[in-house]
Amino acid sequence: MSQGMQVWVQGVGLLGPGLPTWASSQAVLRGEQAHASVPTVLPPPARLPAAERRRAGSAVKLAMAVADEAVAAGQVDPSTLATVFTSSSGECANCHALCEALAMPEPVVSPTRFTNSVHNASSGAWHIAVSSRASSTSVCAFNGSFGAGLIEAAASVCLEGQPVLLVASDSPYPEPLHGARPLPDHFGAALLLSPVRTAQSIASLTVHLAAGEPPAGAMADGSLDALRRVIPAAAALPLLVAMARGRPQHGLVLDYLPGNSLRLDIEPVKAS
Amino acid sequence: MNPVAISAYTVSSALGLGLDATLAALRETRSGLAPVKFLDLPLPTWVGEVPGVDATALPPALADFDCRNNRLAWLGLQQDGFLEAVAAARARWGADRVGVFLGTSTSGLLQTELAYRRREPDGALPSDFLYGPTQNTYSVASFAVQALDLHGPSWVVSTACSSSAKVFGTAARLMQLGLIDAAVVGGVDSLCLTTLYGFNSLELLSDEICRPWDGGRKGLSIGEAAAFALLERETAQPQGWLLGVGESNDGYHMSTPHPEGAGAIAAMRGALSSAGLQPADIDYINLHGTATPSNDAAEDNAVRQVFGTAVPASSTKGATGHTLGAAGGVEAAISLLALQHGLMPAGLNVKDRDPALQLDYLRSNREAPLQRVLSNSFGFGGSNASLVFGRAA
Repeated sequence: MSQGMQVWVQGVGLLGPGLPTWASSQAVLRGEQAHASVPTVLPPPARLPAAERRRAGSAVKLAMAVADEAVAAGQVDPSTLATVFTSSSGECANCHALCEALAMPEPVVSPTRFTNSVHNASSGAWHIAVSSRASSTSVCAFNGSFGAGLIEAAASVCLEGQPVLLVASDSPYPEPLHGARPLPDHFGAALLLSPVRTAQSIASLTVHLAAGEPPAGAMADGSLDALRRVIPAAAALPLLVAMARGRPQHGLVLDYLPGNSLRLDIEPVKAS
Repeated sequence: MNPVAISAYTVSSALGLGLDATLAALRETRSGLAPVKFLDLPLPTWVGEVPGVDATALPPALADFDCRNNRLAWLGLQQDGFLEAVAAARARWGADRVGVFLGTSTSGLLQTELAYRRREPDGALPSDFLYGPTQNTYSVASFAVQALDLHGPSWVVSTACSSSAKVFGTAARLMQLGLIDAAVVGGVDSLCLTTLYGFNSLELLSDEICRPWDGGRKGLSIGEAAAFALLERETAQPQGWLLGVGESNDGYHMSTPHPEGAGAIAAMRGALSSAGLQPADIDYINLHGTATPSNDAAEDNAVRQVFGTAVPASSTKGATGHTLGAAGGVEAAISLLALQHGLMPAGLNVKDRDPALQLDYLRSNREAPLQRVLSNSFGFGGSNASLVFGRAA
């Protein structure tokens, strides 16, 4: 693969520790303010009807929050928008509750928890909420889940010539799974990717698969870098920093799989 | 889309290991379903268990991946010369030009369910429990990547029961963009407590063998399976062709299909459009056909709106059970067998056909030369995928 897949970022959503939204995190991402790790607060998913809002687990709340911010910034109608959801972990609280119930001598399983335990629960909730019949996929590549989602989304944009909303999110497991898979907090990032430049475009990205390249280097802000290393969805942070800083950057390496990275060329639309 | 060559494929399900066993069972209209014996579960239901999974040993270097799902994956990969076909593709294209995209819904979750039954006095999971190589959704693709020594892009698609149909679309897109030259696709899903008790809690499990398209159908029989296909940019002896892929969402309900099948219609029309075909070009439809009353009714309605009622159709879930995240891969393999052997397999276990369902539903095997087959896979969360396969020339 030599030419790479070129797409335009038309809207961004962000929610993580000390990063309450993309819009309000600019100073931290630009390096003007040190990152302070404040626990993530998940907003109630305003798009869902009241009954569904009560049932929504943390994974759905997180994914919907960042998806909503990206769609609002990109000024698109989400009802026709194709989506790619990527997560290493899915709906962790439901998984734990089901495993706990199934360990009982006579298991009694909650049908709602079961229905919402599928990896594509966030995708399903989003498409129901915005009444979209457009295609959606839900992918997982363990610690490389952000990279997998970015390749899948960029490939769809380039082939179909239609915008795609990429939503990457991870939520922590409760104990005892937390001990086996310690994700310290919620982190979500959404990118509205478009095949053409629009009035809302922030930057153009060209995505290359880079087999055999060394892993991504450390970020300047050690606190952000710590997030990047421990939450798979936060592998997006170097890209978010590059877009916030608004300067061209070629050859930015994002971690994907061991021995298999992504190399990005980023051209901001407006240099700040 | 440009047709994609399928150079090898294999399936292992309750019908047996590999293509010969599967074809023989289909020819004999034999079901692999039986009352549940798995873990002696006290559930009144039938399941499709693959023979020999528990006795399968992983290669010692891959011992960390040991769980029922990866044992099933390894058992499946060893059938029909599939390992050798992948090795040849790796030699031809280079290991970093071959992707691995597998569908699963539960991956190695059983390993975690069983670990919860062995929790330490302080509540911790036993120290031999390994999350990443077993429970994580990606585990089965990670295992396959290492077992096959491939270094291209890889991930798991987990969109419930459409998962391993959608991976065909993923591979086709990446090949069309020139990111890869070949891909191993398919799906693996194995029996576990979450799905059996979960579908039971939704009252979607049948207490008898599942009977798609029967008027008295009562729901699912759960199965397990491993199905794989090798897609290549070109190949000397294609086993069949992937001609079209259609993907959609219902945007309607998490666990109930859109009653008129709106999303399913979009997926089928998308698959025809991507193949550049008309409805009349399809010779046989392998239905999703889960045997829940609402699923079969919605699918019958949707297929009728796209194809009318003249195209022969059947569900093979009465033979294999619903293999969930592996279902799309299993039905892709059955579609390819149908094309190669001119065999439209019967939908089993129908006593009294539901008079409200109007498709030409096959209750016995029908033999005729086939050129193109459509396979439907629809899942929880409203995720739909339809694939069109063509016969090798």
